[in-house]
Amino acid sequence: MTQDLLYSIAGIVLFGIGLFGVIAAAHIIRKLIAINIMGIGVFMVLLATARHGTITDPLPHAMVLTGIVVAVAGTALCLWLALQIHQLDNTTSKDQPQ
Amino acid sequence: MTHFSIMMLLPMTVGLPLLAAIVSVIINSHRWRTSISTMFATIQTLIVILLLLAIPDADGLYRYTLGGWGAPLGIDLVVDGLSLILLLTTTVLVLVLNLYSIWYFSDVATSTRFWPLWWLLVAGLNAAFIAADAFNIYVALEMIGLAAVALVALTGTRTALVAALRYALVGLLGSLCYLLGVVLLYRAYGTLDLAQLATQTQASPLTGSALCLISVGLVLKTALFPLHFWLPPAHANAPAPVSAALSALVVKASFYLLMRFWLDVLNPTVTGITANFLGVLGAAAILWGSFAAFRTQRLKLLIAYSTVAQLGYLFMLFPLALTGSSPTPLSNAAVTAVTYFIIAHALAKAAMFLAAGNILASCGHDKIDKLQGLVCYQPLALLTFALAGVSLIGLPPSGGFIAKWLLLNAAIENGQWWWVVVMLGGGLLAAAYIGRVINIAFSQASTEKSTGPMKTVPERHSLQVNLAMPGLALAMLAILLGFNAQWILNLLEGSIELHLANAGGVQ
Repeated sequence: MTQDLLYSIAGIVLFGIGLFGVIAAAHIIRKLIAINIMGIGVFMVLLATARHGTITDPLPHAMVLTGIVVAVAGTALCLWLALQIHQLDNTTSKDQPQ
Repeated sequence: MTHFSIMMLLPMTVGLPLLAAIVSVIINSHRWRTSISTMFATIQTLIVILLLLAIPDADGLYRYTLGGWGAPLGIDLVVDGLSLILLLTTTVLVLVLNLYSIWYFSDVATSTRFWPLWWLLVAGLNAAFIAADAFNIYVALEMIGLAAVALVALTGTRTALVAALRYALVGLLGSLCYLLGVVLLYRAYGTLDLAQLATQTQASPLTGSALCLISVGLVLKTALFPLHFWLPPAHANAPAPVSAALSALVVKASFYLLMRFWLDVLNPTVTGITANFLGVLGAAAILWGSFAAFRTQRLKLLIAYSTVAQLGYLFMLFPLALTGSSPTPLSNAAVTAVTYFIIAHALAKAAMFLAAGNILASCGHDKIDKLQGLVCYQPLALLTFALAGVSLIGLPPSGGFIAKWLLLNAAIENGQWWWVVVMLGGGLLAAAYIGRVINIAFSQASTEKSTGPMKTVPERHSLQVNLAMPGLALAMLAILLGFNAQWILNLLEGSIELHLANAGGVQ
């Protein structure tokens, strides 16, 4: 009981840290990492919810798996976009230095 | 129990777009891909119409259990009048935008990337409207979000990529807030099924924070006023059909979910103060969005800011439906009004973005100040813009007029006259920013300094007409919605009463 409460609170703290990071960080990679930390926070709360005494509820695990897939897809998409922007900036600055 | 009912076609509304997405990846010919997409869009529309015809026999509510697994573990789909009306709006728009996109994305490379993403977006939208549990809504939201971001980035310009990246971050942030809210709900009630949650929710700190997180996530995705910062660049820099779908449908999906949670699932937790708070933000959105639309220099940005303003009207729902003297019959009036508003705005805004897309394509820019004489070389686009504008301003006899009228009625009957002032003011501001464009478009081009115009006079006339028609059709629909309001009102009222009765009956 206390253990999963501890995990839940830690998860929510992680969520908060991530949220702060997304808002405060200037660099896109930092923002992305912060978002992933938020995600991990949510997953921790979910996993803590799965424990009912000695019995483990499988449903939150399935949800965490789905969540991980979504997080990977989202992160990949953001990284691709960031990379595209970066390359675009590099080529333009090489072609026409300003 | 019957062996087969038409309602069993329900999962097709998600299955078909997914199939279409896969098929459009596999098929390698532009012609085949577009014809098959049109076929899928037509079938999908027919299915939704069949569902609409069949729903009264199913007592206005139908639940489909995928694979027969059932609520806690399996995926359930649920549909009622409200979600069917939104499904119908989606499919009709998808059909029209589909036709437009065939001509718009004539370039093979872009077309190859567009169609699969497009169908994923449609699948996500349909899934969000019929998902029966809170976690599947999350999956649907992410499907919508990821597909929409990729579609915004399709043009590949730096501004579009930056807008898409910002949109992606906001989308992920919103979904994670939503997901944490859902997790808290699961912790409190041990179920994710919306119907089961609706029977069990009581006001408690845990449920309250869940509602708060879910609302923040969805409001962020709906771009309500202080959180709207990501919307104008994303909607303004996407390709025209994508802008249309984003403004007309994508923001509405998250609003619909917000509606579901506030009016139905988590209703016991909602207080008058929070409902009024959303109303105040909505009012601020109307004023600020209209003002920003008036100030902006680019046509597509103007339309995007107008979306911010129009979304503000939708949030009038919460104070009107959830506070006030006699909530039950009036809340129905507010829900009907807002649903009508969603449809009217979807049609008008999509039409407007398509018109702006044509103007952008023919002039090579969309700077409002340089659109003089537009009426001479893009008359159809301007006509579309003006007709859609009539509906957005809320002039009779358009769909926008009926929607606003219903909303004003609900406000007056509820004794909340202050919203009336804001809504009427918003209408005037809309008239100002739309009038500004029309005024410039009709003015004579100054002969020496005509920078943009006259570049492409009908070199490919048939293509121009093809591109103009879908937008014009949508604008006409937005106007016709006002002429023929009664049947859709009956449909709405009947279905929403059922839907709210379903929520109320379990309390």
